[in-house]
This record gives sequence, C-alpha cells and structure tokens, in this order.
Amino acid sequence: MKKLLIAMMTTAAALSMAVTAEAADKLKACWVYVGPIGDFGYSYQHDQGRLHAEKELGDKIETAYLENVSEGPDADRAFERLAREGCKIIFGTSFGFMDPMVKVAKKFPDIKFEHATGYKTSENLGVYNARFYEGRYVMGQIAAKMSKTGVAGYIVSFPIPEVVMGIDAFMLGAQSVNPDFKLKIVWVNSWFDPGKEADAAKALFDQGADIITQHTDSTAALQVAEERGLKGFGQSSDMIKFAPNAQLTSNTDNWGPYYVERLKAVLDGTWKTDNVWLGIKDGAVELSPFTNMPDDVKAMAEATKKKIADGWNPFTGPVFKQDGSQWLKDGEVADDGTLLGLNFYVKGVDDKLPQ
Amino acid sequence: MRLELVKRPQRSALFSALSPFIAFALTLIAGAILFALLGIDPVSAFYTYFISPISEVWQLHELAIKAAPLILIAVGLSVCYRANIWNIGAEGQFTLGAIVGSMVPVLYPELEGPIVLPLMLLMGMIGGGLYAAIPAYLKARFNTNEILTSLMLVYVSQLFLDWLVRGPWRDPQGHGFPQTVQFNDSAILPELMPASGRANWGFVFALVAAVVVWIMMSRMLKGFEVRVLGSSPRAGRFAGFGLNRMIFFAFILSGALAGLAGISVVSGEINQLKPVISPGYGFAAIIVAFLGRLNPLGIVAAGLVLALTYLGGEAAQTALGVSDKVARVFQGMLLFFVLGCDTLIHYRIRLVGLRAKAPAPDPATAGKLGEAH
Amino acid sequence: MEITINILLTIATAATPLLVAAIGELVVERSGVLNLGVEGMMIMGAVGGFGVGYLTGSPWLGLVAAIVVGAVFSLLFAVMTLSLATNQVATGLSLTLLGLGLSGMIGTGFVGLPGVRLPDLHIPLLIDLPIVGKLVFGQDPVFYISILLIFAVAWFLFRTRTGLTLRSIGDSHTSAHALGIQVIRYRYLAVIFGGACAGLAGGQLSLVYTPQWVENMSAGRGWIALALVVFASWRPWRVLAGAYIFGAVWIGQLHAQAFGIPVPSQLLSSLPYLATVVVLVLISRNKRLTMMNTPASLGQPFVPDR
Repeated sequence: MKKLLIAMMTTAAALSMAVTAEAADKLKACWVYVGPIGDFGYSYQHDQGRLHAEKELGDKIETAYLENVSEGPDADRAFERLAREGCKIIFGTSFGFMDPMVKVAKKFPDIKFEHATGYKTSENLGVYNARFYEGRYVMGQIAAKMSKTGVAGYIVSFPIPEVVMGIDAFMLGAQSVNPDFKLKIVWVNSWFDPGKEADAAKALFDQGADIITQHTDSTAALQVAEERGLKGFGQSSDMIKFAPNAQLTSNTDNWGPYYVERLKAVLDGTWKTDNVWLGIKDGAVELSPFTNMPDDVKAMAEATKKKIADGWNPFTGPVFKQDGSQWLKDGEVADDGTLLGLNFYVKGVDDKLPQ
Repeated sequence: MRLELVKRPQRSALFSALSPFIAFALTLIAGAILFALLGIDPVSAFYTYFISPISEVWQLHELAIKAAPLILIAVGLSVCYRANIWNIGAEGQFTLGAIVGSMVPVLYPELEGPIVLPLMLLMGMIGGGLYAAIPAYLKARFNTNEILTSLMLVYVSQLFLDWLVRGPWRDPQGHGFPQTVQFNDSAILPELMPASGRANWGFVFALVAAVVVWIMMSRMLKGFEVRVLGSSPRAGRFAGFGLNRMIFFAFILSGALAGLAGISVVSGEINQLKPVISPGYGFAAIIVAFLGRLNPLGIVAAGLVLALTYLGGEAAQTALGVSDKVARVFQGMLLFFVLGCDTLIHYRIRLVGLRAKAPAPDPATAGKLGEAH
Repeated sequence: MEITINILLTIATAATPLLVAAIGELVVERSGVLNLGVEGMMIMGAVGGFGVGYLTGSPWLGLVAAIVVGAVFSLLFAVMTLSLATNQVATGLSLTLLGLGLSGMIGTGFVGLPGVRLPDLHIPLLIDLPIVGKLVFGQDPVFYISILLIFAVAWFLFRTRTGLTLRSIGDSHTSAHALGIQVIRYRYLAVIFGGACAGLAGGQLSLVYTPQWVENMSAGRGWIALALVVFASWRPWRVLAGAYIFGAVWIGQLHAQAFGIPVPSQLLSSLPYLATVVVLVLISRNKRLTMMNTPASLGQPFVPDR
C-alpha cells in the first residue's frame, strides 16, 4: 500500500513537472472571479472574455482561473497562488480585490496585474474599467420614449459609485426626452438573488412603473416584465432569449478585445501599467440589438449611441444635483475622478441615497 | 439485506485511530471514480489535492491562515455542543467581533503603540461574546430555540456591517467605495515568520485556545459540568449545576472565540473592514467541530484537514482546470466518509440478510439484551 | 384594489417555496430527526427540475423530477444518520455543502438557457369571483400543492394512527421502540418525504418563481424554511401563517423602498430576520405550549438495541 502510494506520487510529481516544462514557452494568463462563472452575469462575461482571448491568441497563451473567490481573506491567497504558479499576467475582476492585489503585486514585481473597477495603480498594477453609464444613458432615453406611465423601476444591488453613476446616467437620458420622468428605486442588497430580484420587479410594476432595469446580475426582473407584457432592459449579457418580447436592449460587458490587446502587449514586451476606462467606442460596452420598439425610437437610440461613440459624454452640463444645486455648468463635462467616486443623485431621482 | 448497528461495550480505541484512514481511503476510491468520470487523471488530481498544498513553505503558511479561524471558532462551538446547546450563529459572532474590535483603528486611526492590538483583540472577544449573549439570554429567559435565533442574527450582523462600511465608517478618501480606512501598523496582527510566508499570530491563538479548552474540558470541574449538563440536564440539576448559567457560559465562551477569530482575520489579513470579511468560516467551523469529534485537539487536526481541502481545491482549479464545484463535491464526499466511519468507533456494523432476520425480539427483553452486550 | 391583489399574489409566490420546504421539514422533525440539509436538497431539486423541464420541454416532468431528485438526495442523509447513526447537525450541514457543489456541477450546461415555466392553473368560473377569484383560483400548481400539503400533513399528524405513531417516535424513540414500532423505518420515510418537499420547493424556484437555472439560486431559502418550522412550534397551520407573514414582510420592505420611505435599505432587509426572532420569542414565552409541541428526541441519534 505504502509503496503503491509512493509510486503514485512520484508519477504525479513527474506528470506535473512535465506539464510545467511543456508550458514554459507559452504565456500563462490568469483570472480571478468573485462569483461563479455560471452566474450568467458579471463573472460569466469576464470568463467569456477569457475564452475570447484563448480563441484569438491560440497556442501562444494558456489560461487558468479561480472562481467564487470571496473578497474577504481568501483573495490574498488566490493572487499569491496564481503568481507562484507561473502566471505572467493576472486579472482581478472585482473591486474588493484591490488591496489584496496591491499587496501581492508589490511582492511579485515581475508579474503584471490588472484590476477591474479599482483606482490604485503601480508599476506592475494596471486598472481597467468600462463606462457602463454610456449604455445606461441610451437606455434612459428609450425608457422615457417607451413608457406610458412615465415611471421606470430600477433594481439595484449596493450603493457604490458604479451603481450610482448608472442611475444618474439613466435619469439624465430619460429627462432629455421627458423632463418629468420618474424613477423608482429598490435596493436588494445582493448582487445575486433571482427570487428577490423578481419580487422587486413585481413591487415596482405594482407601483406604477411599466419599464424595468436593473443593476443586479440575473435575468429574473426581465422575465417578470415578459410575463406581464411590459418592457425592460438586460444587464451584463444579452438576455433576449429570456424575454423575447420584453427586452428593449441589453447593456453588455464585452471584455474580450481588451484582454486580447493586453495579452498581446505582454507577448510583445510592450506592456505598461495603465488606467483605462473603456466605453462604447472601444467596444467594451455594447448595446445588444434594439428590439421591441418602434423605428423612430430605434433611430433615436442609434443616434445617441453614435454621438457617445464619437466622444460625447452623457455627464455634460447643465446638470443639477438632487438637492437642486448645480453640479455641472452649461457645457461642462464631469471629470473621471468625480464620476469614479460619485455618491449623489441628479435632480429628479425619487430616492434617498443610502449613506 | 440491511445494515444493523451493534453498540460496542466501550468506544473502540482501534477504530478511533483507524477511522480517519478508512475514511480517507474511501474518499480516494470514490474520488478516483468521480475524477475518472470527469476525464481527469485521478493520480495527478490527488497529488494536487493533498500533496501540493503541503509541499511548499508558503502554502503551509496559507494552511495555517485558513485553519486558524476554523479552529478558534470550532473549539468554542465544541463546548456548546458538548453542553447540548446549539449555537450555529458563529458567523454572526465572528462579524460582530470584527466590528467591535475594529472600532479602535477605525474611530481612532491616530492611536498607535503597543496597547492598540491587545485592546482590539479584547474588544473583539467582548463583541462576539455579547452578541452570543443575545440568543443565550433569549433561551435562558424565554426558552427560545437558540438554533434559529443565532442563525437569524447572522444575517442581521452582516447587514449591520454592510451599513457601517457604506455609511458612517466609510473611508472618506476611498472614492465612495464601501470600506473603512486602512488600519495603521500598530493595529495589524504581526506575521510569525515574515520571511517565508503570511501566517500570523491568529494560528497561535487557535492552538492556545484549543489547549486551554482541552484542559478545561478534561481536567477541570467546569468541563465535567458541561458534560453532565449536556448528557443529562436532570442529573446536572441534582449535582447543583445551573442550566441557565451554563447556557450563558457556553454561548459567551464560543462567541468570544468567534469574535477573536473575526478581529484576527480583519487585523491580520484584510487590514480594514469591508462588506465581506468571511468566506463562511462560522458555518464551516460547525463541520470542523464535529469532524474533530468535539475534542479540542481533534479539532486542530480537523481544521487543518478542512483547510487543506480548500487549498487543494484551488490548486486543482488552476493546475487541472477542475471546477470549483467539483472541489466542493469532493469536499462533501470527504465529510460524509469521515462522519460515516466514525460510527465504527461506537458501533459494530453487521449486514443482516432478510431471511436470516431473527423473529422480532420481545421488546421487554430487547433492552436488557442490548445492555448485556 | 388591483395593486393589493398583485401584492398578495407576489407574497404567495415568495411564500410558497418556504412553505413547501418547511412543511416537509416539519414532518421530519416531528419524527425526531433534524435535517439541516434543506438548502442542499432544495438546490438539487431546482437543478433537477430545470434540467428535466428544459430537456423534455415539459415543466410537469420537471416538477416530478425535482421531487424525485430531492427525495433521492435526502436518502443519503437518511442512510448516514439513521443507518449509521452519524451526528445529524454535521451530516445535514455536509448535505447542504454537497448539494450546492453538486448542483453547480450538474447545472454547468444549463446556464444562460431560458427555462420552461409551469403554467398557471385557472379554475374556471371560480376565478371570476371578485377579489378572492384570482388570489385563490388563479395561481400556479405548486401553490395549490402547498395548500393541499398543509391540509394533508395536519390531518395526517393529528387525525391518523400513523401520524400519532410518528409523533410518538419523535417524542421518545426508546419507548416507541419498546412498543415494537419500527422507529428507523418511520424515520426513513419521514426524511424522504422531507426531501421530496424540499425538492418540490426547489422545482418551484426554477420552474415558477424564476424559470432559469443559476448557481446558488436558492439564496438561503432553505434556512428560512428551517426557521419557520420552529417559528411554527411544529404546527402545520402555523407554518402556513409563518411563511405568509415572512413573505409579507419580505415583499413589504421592497414596496416600502419603491414607495420612497427613507430608511436604510439594510435595516429593511434585516426586518424579516428580526421579525422572526421577535415572533420566536413571543411564541416561546409560553413555556408549556412549546414544551408540549417540541419533539423531545429531536436531533438525537437512535440505534435500536437487540
């Protein structure tokens, strides 16, 4: 028994050595996801990006990932493990990974780190993010055009700048069409609880909203819209299969092109730390086909999308804060720093921002 | 055919020692089938799972880090469970310990010096202990079922932490993100051997707690009291032990240890408060407590084993592309085999053929016969 | 009026899975067994129900599959705790762990696929009644099953001889055994019934509530169901009341938010849990009443002597 065990272990050791040796000339790229890749939302989209990179770069790279990594104490170990297992570039896809990544990046100066949605950078730690608010502005315009009651429901997870930015952009878009547009907000305090999201959607519809949008990950809210014959928007992934008659468009994350670009940079030896915030024009934010709407609304949405792709920022003055004070003067554009730390609503949002 | 258990006259020392190995062997067999079905080479899978995490020094450190809170919490829980008191809200006590302990570095960030850390640890224990005193009070005073109250309080504590780090305790320089300020250096639990890895004093706390509780349970009157009240409250009352006092004692002790685990994790590893500070330590510790057979020294071993399966699961994900789900299934299998094999300590298992089944014994004599075995 | 009915309908959908899982667990606990694996059995039922529903295109087959999967999965718990006399708390927790992992593994291929929804059963004529019509006679099938289950379990436990036997086992397995009752056999059946109910509850999640499969979609509902059993002090009708009160608080807080009530959402989110604690305290203050209903041998392993 003992001999057998030893024999097994030696073979295993030999096997694993063989694997490493063979892999040595490939670039090993690694990802850390906060959720399961089966969430069909945020982590799923990042993993689609990884698969896209694998397809594009073929045998020049090999990839590995850790999913379901808690933002608590496990994160440090996840990054340390990948760093020690020969990953040359590591992507951390959740905000909560920021400080663990800073720590591990300091320890492994030869390895490149890329952190999504954070703000701390260093020599070997870059930051990337997507301007999801651009898509939400377009969605707000569509909502205002399509709504009969003039009220939309918005299901949200947690009050972080990313989410507040989305609410504000949606509202600004809606107000550009209908200045009296109303927005009802429900915080579900979870990124992921399909049942609760469905309940929230029903509550919002019952209180007069006839269009739903959400900053949570599941398709549940959209399915409720489908059942009730009302309209809604998808989030993260194209959810048209779940709501063929209800989805107007979906604000999708498309990380693939960015991952390919960064991996190529590592392969060429041109990788440098950066802090990028990609939008519609870079293809990182994509609006899935405009459906279930009349042609004039579609035309308006296309036009706005093009305007944004050409460089126009939805946060362009005049914009007023919720309390009525002016935030952006006429023609003034919000700077990225303010947006990344946004913690107030624009005028007209009918909710108190949880503080 | 059916299984039949025959109680041994006394616990079997042989199987007490052997059962973990039988369980391990069974896990290997079942695991080999699972991996083979999934098209993964079982040999390299086992190597990755069990050997690779302990083959490098840095991973040994990680093992200690992961095991420390599990052991700390489980040691406290073992006292509860021995006393037949069902605290399953350790996750909440962990959270409250972290919150109360963090009051020092969050509210007084300028406070420095050697007093800070002991104060934080003490406050963490008080926080966890007091939070555990709530279900204890409700049970002692109103006879409210503690399983449920302690569990409900877990959710409440997590939402409370969430509110704190998004609201009043949010770092003003943190770009609006939900986190407190970074703790200053004197509020950070030092690492044991910084040269070789990250393991910190939390692991030492865990070992000390295990030894102290072990001494208490096996050598002191208090331990006797816990066991008597646990196995028979009536006998305990005759002996003059107060059940209500015991409820408070067990809850507060386990709460304080969970709180200590909470503040140790926050101070030693995260260095700030965030909405998520635990990957479910409080629940995993319940399993650790039983895997360790409610014996503090057994719990140390069990905590290390469970931590090993977490590390092994991660290694398998990156090295072999085995999904996180498979890792969890494998972990579940291991737990089932360990629990099942422990049956052998107290019972002999007999397979009884249906035909061989004796006529139903006269219930009056059955009991006596059982005792005579 | 319309809005009230809609709110009540929403509450019914939210309460049904809790109710179904809780009534199953109630029978299990009445037999003296504590199965903390409800969450695990529920999620297995959800993935089984979705999978079969999707592959066959029939939500009804999906629902049957959910029940079967839940029952089979609970058998694992039964063998461990009843035949091998393992600790019930630890085994139940392990079952949940295993269920969450296994369901994720099985469901990998189902992610991102639209499921099939179990159609509502509209009972003709009665559905046209004012107010109660839609509420009582225009619901999904699992709603009806849940109500029937309450009736059936209440009748079984308190009006039949077998029910009496089951309760006596829960109160004292040693005396039941001395009377010649097959304790283990009863408990096996009770655990399997509980598993079937938890599976059905999971099927409701993936076939009615939110027809889709995503990992961890039960999101803690199994634990709430466990709480409800104690909350109800092991009485079927109180499970019904408890599930609906919990559902009402749950939905009520969402409505309060949509209405714009300025209270921290975390406080609102914790209301259902705080409410459970408060009600538990209120119920248990009456010591005699709870002592009377609590199965005395709950959670204790039993090995028949020979």
